[in-house]
Amino acid sequence: MLKATVIVTLKQEVSDPQGFAVFEALRSLGMRGLQGVRVGKQFEIQLDGLSRAEAEKELHEVSAKLLSNPVIEDYRFEITEA
Amino acid sequence: MKFGVVVFPGSNCDTDCWNALHGPAGEEAVFLWHKDASVPSDVECVVLPGGFSYGDYLRVGAIARFSPLLRAVVEFANQGRPVIGICNGFQVLCEAHLLPGVLMRNRSLKFICKDVWLKVARHAPPFTDFAADVLKIPIAHGEGNYFIDPDGLKRLRDNDQIVFRYCDARGRVTPEANPNGSVDSITGIVNEAGNVLGMMPHPERCAEEALGNCDGLMILRSIAESGLVRSASFRS
Repeated sequence: MLKATVIVTLKQEVSDPQGFAVFEALRSLGMRGLQGVRVGKQFEIQLDGLSRAEAEKELHEVSAKLLSNPVIEDYRFEITEA
Repeated sequence: MKFGVVVFPGSNCDTDCWNALHGPAGEEAVFLWHKDASVPSDVECVVLPGGFSYGDYLRVGAIARFSPLLRAVVEFANQGRPVIGICNGFQVLCEAHLLPGVLMRNRSLKFICKDVWLKVARHAPPFTDFAADVLKIPIAHGEGNYFIDPDGLKRLRDNDQIVFRYCDARGRVTPEANPNGSVDSITGIVNEAGNVLGMMPHPERCAEEALGNCDGLMILRSIAESGLVRSASFRS
């Protein structure tokens, strides 16, 4: 069994109103050293019967097609033995 | 003419669209279920209504894109036949790559439900033949903040694809009149071929005199009465 963790974030050049709202909230909490916040999404996907290379191929495909919108988002993933 | 109104789980303006088309516009309208694999051959225009298809899970419009009916709608659009997406329908059209760009969370993070003024930036048959130059139509969305990168915006302008922009009551496009942070105050675009329109405002919500505003009817009637959609060549 493999476990993939896919992380989707907004591209740097796309403004992130949610991130800004969280930034303001963290500031009002008095968080020290605060410089910026970006909000993203994390997907944990269980896979079976695939080699690591095959899993990577599948993950690239679904990440670009469904899990992220390439117009505004980037994705990255890591695969671990579950 | 005969309109097909798509129903996804979570669509909530489908009946409003049906009523506006059937009643004040005086046209025929049928519902198309998201699990159907084809658009009936007598449907001449597909309407993707507002709502929260599939609960807006993942991203607005993202899951609807993969429904069986949407594949058929893409094919329908690629044949040059008219498709209009309103609000969530616009979001679905962007996710399905029938229109460029994407609709993001409003700049204010608030759901906005109010009348807005639209400037018809370009008269785009078959959608605006009977429309005035400035229209008052309500918006109701949390994700209407249109985003496209600078290259994409240039292509939209070069190809004259921008149809509606937020403006004030006198038709002036100003930053103050832009309710949600949309790039270039854009709230309605067509595809390059001109047969697919996406718009955030809801024409079906202002199509009856009893509602105090008929500006939306101008758009519905434009589609209904256009020569393009009446062309017999589209009938199979």
